Amino acid sequence: MAAGASSGGSAKSDTYAEARNWLLLPSWIVIGIFVLIPVILMLIYSFLTKEFRGGVIWEFSLAAYDQFFFDRGLFGDSPPVIEWTYINIFWRSIWQAGLATLLSLAIGFPTAYFIATRPEKIRPAWVFLITIPYWVNLLIRTVSMKFLLRDQGPLNDFLLSIGVISDPIHIVNTNFAVQLGLFYSYLPFMVLPIYASVERYNFALSEAAADLYATKWVTLRRVLLPAVKPGVIAGCILVFVPSLGSFLAPDLLGGARNFMIGSLIEEQFKGNAGNWPFGAAASMILLSMVLVILMIFARQQAKANKGDA
Amino acid sequence: MTDTIAIDVRKAVKRYGDFTALQPISLSIHDNEFFTLLGPSGCGKTTLLRMIAGFEDVTEGEIFLFGDEIKTLPPHKRPVNTVFQNYALFPHLTILQNVMFGVEMQGKPKSEAKARAGEMLELVQLSQFAHRKPSQLSGGQQQRVALARALAPQPKVLLLDEPLSALDLKLRQAMRFELKEIQRETGITFIFVTHDQEEALTMSDRIAVMSAGRLQQLGNAQDIYERPHNMFVADFIGETNLLEVSVDAIQDKRAICHLGGGHELTCDAVDNIGIGSKVHMSLRPERLFLSDDPTESESLAGTIRENIFVGTDIQTLVTLENGPQMTIRTSNSDRGNKRIFEPGTPVYVNMEMGAGRLLVD
Repeated sequence: MAAGASSGGSAKSDTYAEARNWLLLPSWIVIGIFVLIPVILMLIYSFLTKEFRGGVIWEFSLAAYDQFFFDRGLFGDSPPVIEWTYINIFWRSIWQAGLATLLSLAIGFPTAYFIATRPEKIRPAWVFLITIPYWVNLLIRTVSMKFLLRDQGPLNDFLLSIGVISDPIHIVNTNFAVQLGLFYSYLPFMVLPIYASVERYNFALSEAAADLYATKWVTLRRVLLPAVKPGVIAGCILVFVPSLGSFLAPDLLGGARNFMIGSLIEEQFKGNAGNWPFGAAASMILLSMVLVILMIFARQQAKANKGDA
Repeated sequence: MTDTIAIDVRKAVKRYGDFTALQPISLSIHDNEFFTLLGPSGCGKTTLLRMIAGFEDVTEGEIFLFGDEIKTLPPHKRPVNTVFQNYALFPHLTILQNVMFGVEMQGKPKSEAKARAGEMLELVQLSQFAHRKPSQLSGGQQQRVALARALAPQPKVLLLDEPLSALDLKLRQAMRFELKEIQRETGITFIFVTHDQEEALTMSDRIAVMSAGRLQQLGNAQDIYERPHNMFVADFIGETNLLEVSVDAIQDKRAICHLGGGHELTCDAVDNIGIGSKVHMSLRPERLFLSDDPTESESLAGTIRENIFVGTDIQTLVTLENGPQMTIRTSNSDRGNKRIFEPGTPVYVNMEMGAGRLLVD
């Protein structure tokens, strides 16, 4: 009797499992077509030989990776020395994206905290306000930003008119402008996940900390931050990763000297001058770097969650 | 309990906009005292506790802690600690780190904090769980960690906000005893907030009964149970029969009252209830007994309606002749001596001297 009942139960759960798999099929198809196939395509392209007018010749070659890391002289016959140009671009991109992430965190965290501590009724209105800029295309927003920041732009006009400065400050075509652009582009991706975790935070914990003689600063550092850490990490990843591969902000606001990986890759596929295998190789290197960073975060997250299970 | 005043609340008021959560209240809580704020939810007891802890501003009035005005101090500068209703243990810290937290924040070296936390965990018998996370402990264990954490910094006063309400009955009863024991051992003043009258009666040195933002009565358990000042206190604490009566005469400090159906009762007169007033009389069910004859000077005729077995007691409902219904409790241990009357039997409800008490509304 008991055995019969239990086998009936497991049969039922098997049907559920089957139904679940079928229901997941559309997502698997979408992921397959739009994520896996393009990535595999890029991986294959990165090992092919370039065609001079763009496109590829189907012939295996390590030339793209070789070009990325090594300099073999103008005719390709000198002994290889390490090519720093592209490594430097990568390094600069990481640096820029990192600074933009820190800037977003510095502004995004207080913003998220502010929204999460408003009365429950008006919180959605604040979240809505945060997302409004996203209704306008990113390109247009970045161009308007350039317009705002340029030497004869409204910002300089304003600062000149109130007498804070006597000559316009050059913002466009600097690293700072790029960071500002990245920060502006991705700030909501920092605010929203942090907001979500602060909203779930049990504020009695802050009271308990204050009750146990902790100052506001210590409470923030030792109680609030550890509790909302998943949101902070998610926000940092959501800002850092797209910043790293971004090309709009560096192109429009940074000028030629503040080139980032995104622009480097973009150029390889644009017009006739491109080098598809090289662009694909640079993309693969970028992708593996991002994966490594995500894995480090994921591992840390798992470690932190272990004790709470 | 000593004569030193630990917490002195002087005409403290709490208002949120137009709403007054706490009417002017004055209380003196002694050092070493187990003091309870008792009342239904929304009566202002938690508000008062939070004002003492520093989580709520004091709108008007003052609060003194051992003679020092504390109402302007932020919570982290007040030498009082709180056991929160849902414990509010830090989920990312171990039990030991939780208990160490307050001591460390006082600027004590880590080794001292650790030693102190160890002592506290021993006091609440949780030493073996020191390195677990709060989520790995049961509700009762978390409760004891919260207690250890609040005691570790050696507060001058410990505030407890309904600390037992999340526990099941058996555990709650065990914890009552344990809390009382710990209070006696540590000698710290406890201010305990609860809506559970049984908890208040069994643990407290003194009880402040509150309702609708006002202090209704202040006294020890016996005072409050046996000599309630008003209807609210009589009704809220324990079970009682509340009879509508009018005072006909007052003789030798005894009030002669009558209730519907021509029944007459006398009881001790109360200062602010004069002749002709229509008030309520409280009669505790366990101070009444049934018999075939009017054996006492005070007795009322009625008919048995129902007997209800409630474990330790038998509750008998009696309808008075042309009058209201009353409840009488007979302890099960006395059953040998006392008759159980079948429903429909005419009986007399007899009462001891001093059982009845007149109440203002």
